[in-house]
Amino acid sequence: MLPSWVAGATALLSLLIIAAFYPSVTNGGVLRFEGTWLPQLGLNFTLRMDGFAWLFSMLIAGIGFLVVVYARYYMSEDDPVPRFFSFLLAFMGAMLGIVISGNVILLSVFWELTSIFSFLLISYWHNNAAARDGARMALTITGIGGFCLLIGLLLLGNIVGSYDLDKILVAGDVIRGHSLYVPALVFILLGALTKSAQFPFHFWLPNAMAAPTPVSAFLHSATMVKAGVFLLVRFWPALSGTYEWFYLVGLAGIITLVLGAYFAMFQQDLKGLLAYSTISHLGLITTLLSLGSPLATVAAIFHMVNHATFKASLFMAAGIIDHETGTRDMRRLSGLFRYLPITGTLAMVASAAMAGVPLLNGFLSKEMFFAEAVETHADSILDRILPYVATLASAFSVAYSLRFIHTVFFGPPPTDLPKPKPHEPPRWMRSPIELLVVACLIVGIIPAVSIGPFLHTAVVSVLGADTPQYSLSIWHGVNLPLIMSAIALVGGTLLYLSLRKYLATCEDGPPILRNLKGQRIFERILVEVSWRWARTLERRFGTRNLQPQLRWVVATGFLAGLLPLYLSGFETREIAFSGIDPAFAAIWLLGICLAFGTAYLAKYHRLAALVMLGGVGLIVCITFVWLSAPDLAITQLLVEIVTTVLILLGLRWLPKRTEGLVEAISLRARFRRFRDLALAVVCGIGMSFIAYAVMTMPVPDAIANYFLENAYSQGGGRNVVNVILVDFRGFDTLGEIAVLGVVALTVFALLRRFRPADDSMDLPEQQRIQNSFDEDRPERSAGDTVRDYLLVPSVIMTWLFPVIITFAVYIFMRGHDMPGGGFSAGLTLSIAFLLQYLAGGTRWAEDRLRILPLRWMGAGILTASATGIGAWFFGYPFLTSHFQYVELPLIGKMPAATALLFDLGVFSLVVGSTVLILVALAHQSIRINRLRAIDAARTEEG
Amino acid sequence: MELVLATAIGVMTGCGVWLILRPRTYQVIVGLSLLSYAVNLFIFGVGGVKTNVPPILVDGVPNSTLADPVPQALVLTAIVIGFATTALFLVVLLASRGLTGTDHVDGRNEPK
Repeated sequence: MLPSWVAGATALLSLLIIAAFYPSVTNGGVLRFEGTWLPQLGLNFTLRMDGFAWLFSMLIAGIGFLVVVYARYYMSEDDPVPRFFSFLLAFMGAMLGIVISGNVILLSVFWELTSIFSFLLISYWHNNAAARDGARMALTITGIGGFCLLIGLLLLGNIVGSYDLDKILVAGDVIRGHSLYVPALVFILLGALTKSAQFPFHFWLPNAMAAPTPVSAFLHSATMVKAGVFLLVRFWPALSGTYEWFYLVGLAGIITLVLGAYFAMFQQDLKGLLAYSTISHLGLITTLLSLGSPLATVAAIFHMVNHATFKASLFMAAGIIDHETGTRDMRRLSGLFRYLPITGTLAMVASAAMAGVPLLNGFLSKEMFFAEAVETHADSILDRILPYVATLASAFSVAYSLRFIHTVFFGPPPTDLPKPKPHEPPRWMRSPIELLVVACLIVGIIPAVSIGPFLHTAVVSVLGADTPQYSLSIWHGVNLPLIMSAIALVGGTLLYLSLRKYLATCEDGPPILRNLKGQRIFERILVEVSWRWARTLERRFGTRNLQPQLRWVVATGFLAGLLPLYLSGFETREIAFSGIDPAFAAIWLLGICLAFGTAYLAKYHRLAALVMLGGVGLIVCITFVWLSAPDLAITQLLVEIVTTVLILLGLRWLPKRTEGLVEAISLRARFRRFRDLALAVVCGIGMSFIAYAVMTMPVPDAIANYFLENAYSQGGGRNVVNVILVDFRGFDTLGEIAVLGVVALTVFALLRRFRPADDSMDLPEQQRIQNSFDEDRPERSAGDTVRDYLLVPSVIMTWLFPVIITFAVYIFMRGHDMPGGGFSAGLTLSIAFLLQYLAGGTRWAEDRLRILPLRWMGAGILTASATGIGAWFFGYPFLTSHFQYVELPLIGKMPAATALLFDLGVFSLVVGSTVLILVALAHQSIRINRLRAIDAARTEEG
Repeated sequence: MELVLATAIGVMTGCGVWLILRPRTYQVIVGLSLLSYAVNLFIFGVGGVKTNVPPILVDGVPNSTLADPVPQALVLTAIVIGFATTALFLVVLLASRGLTGTDHVDGRNEPK
């Protein structure tokens, strides 16, 4: 079993390392490690170990090691053991992280990690539905708690001005006086109370018992559930001592203390009993911390250690019983002492410690608790009832401890065990329990010598100068706490005796309350929130129709634009009106007519609408020329060509739609149209208004000048737009061409599986007419007309091929200094290819031209990226460009910037993507023949 | 000039909005094209309306008189990306039409 050896060695090694740190943390010493993480956000990977963290780390690593040893024998050979031990170690690391984080955000990260590993460990036997449910519930509760904790810690960091734990701990007065104190406190407490399974969040812990027992012993009794109370102790100097603290923490603690103990009495599952007992003991610690007195804090820290030792050993003992007999149901278990004498003895000692019997560690901390309960801290009902509540809960805990031992180990031999012949487990499986029980005894008998110094180190690190005088001894004379202990012991025993008959047969859970299950309430809430509410919201506000969605988007956009205008009083600030050029007005009059025409015709006359749309595009293009944007004009013109061809190719696959003579339009449709029209009109007017306001505003001295001044000196180009694209903002351009590439590939992928609708499968009407014309005439063969269609233009197009290529190269080369560049050159070249397809048809073009668009694209993106990376080799950031003039024979002086190389990449990618998109679409007309053949074959077969 | 351009932008926006609210996919794609013209012109107009001063450095001409190159660079990018989205939308439109047999934007003629 290699995994267990590795895990054991790791745990042991960390234990030794932590132990070696002891000298540095005594007398309030603090060990710090600081690594930069996100210093600009005030987040550093700060580790910090003081006495308290040391004690807790020892507990984690020590019990971790023992649990690994135990699990080595507990886990079956069939279980995926490596997974188990890796989760266990990962949890241990996360838990240590919580304890020694020096930065509260880091702490919250580790906090979440423990929740996640707890989830993974509870659901380790994931074939078991109870394990899955328990794991999910634990994760939901502790996850929500972790989120609240993060909010709380952010608030805290905001109050103090630093996320560093040391700074927060000394700022207690500032924090308590701040107006955000209460929210921060509430959120942090939500985190701590959920993690430590305090009322009303306690119900996840019993459900987590579906985990393997070593996990229950380690996570759900000794360490993870202690993270909550650990946090309370950690922030005790910063947060405690207020009424809010007392009431919130105290109320949760006292209710948990009593309810947990009460519920524990009535459990039939061994682990269930221990789980509720754990809840109750955590409640005890919480109650102690609520009191806000230094002595109570000493007792709380002491009890954390004591509880970890006896509860871990009890869980392991329960695991052995389960392992040997095959059941954990106390109604079936009885008289096991004759089979398991050693385990039985160990369990007896441990549960005596749990009950608070003298000479054991549980007794000492419980005495301290009683002593504190009697003291008056904050005079209120809560404070006055505390001694009685404490005695009652203690009596309950005596009763369930007694029940645990008496039911399982005494009485007649068991009759219906799943494994009928139980016997003592292997020596090494028992040894962790032995070690822990011996620790209980040693601490219980000679506390001042054994645990004393370590406890003192921990207490000093939390309380500092407030460290009180306390004495760790078994005998303080006959005083009130001792009497309370005696009452609890006697009362608990009597309680058990009176309930014995009932408990031997009753159902799981306490009477009456057993029907009120936190688990069920939790599930109800989950269903309500995540199912019903979500459904209702979807029904009310959701739609699967595009039109209402777009309508909302447009309306919201309109309002979002209107609001700032309204707030500024619709003022256009300054008029810099530059007159109206009649020619310009005239072309836009045409443009406006074309736009209206497009909108009007797009439904029934697609081709006409497309032509008009192209007209609008052309006028936009002229506008760019007119208004000093030659680069835009070139690009717009080329894109216009490609887009038009693209849509033309697509028109073939759209359904035929003819305008009916009389269309009956319903009133609703009329209303809808009117509403859309109104929306369109107000949007148009609004846009006009904003555009006019913006354009007549004086242009502020913006970044434009920076680019104009530095384009030549730094980028080595005179065409500022091109220099911005390939040099100053080269990274944006790289992203942009990547998008273009992704789109092209998506188009390609979508069209590979494209299948047109049935009514588009036939030959287009025009081709049918042309073919029948051919068939009617004997001297023509079918397809002649199609072939000869546009004969003269197609010859011209073929001849134009080299001319356009030369033009593309020209545009590319002049790009840095004159209008042009990679984009426009790429589009030009793809238009050259496109014309060949148009001239001769797809088959003809592909017989003569082999364009490999994917290679073009790949080469493009690689060239562009490589140019960028190249800058690294000269010690510059990504995409830094370099330029100089080179003397070329024949051509003369040439500017050679690495930006040109980048532009080459842009060029290549644009060619590849455009051609890929167009060719993929053009190929559909050929593919359809194959589809038709397949369909025909199918019909024959069928 | 500004008045003309602003009116044109408004008209194209209005027509575009009207079209993207229509039920047929083709109307939507045409509407999006119109909208992108309007938006491109708008962004371009932010830099101010100047004639005959392209942002190309010529010795002897002061830089401050040239047109603002930044909106131009933005719009150049927008034109190319606009082409890409049009292509993508066209193909999605065709695939939807092939799969559902209708060119309604929801893939079915009658809203549920």
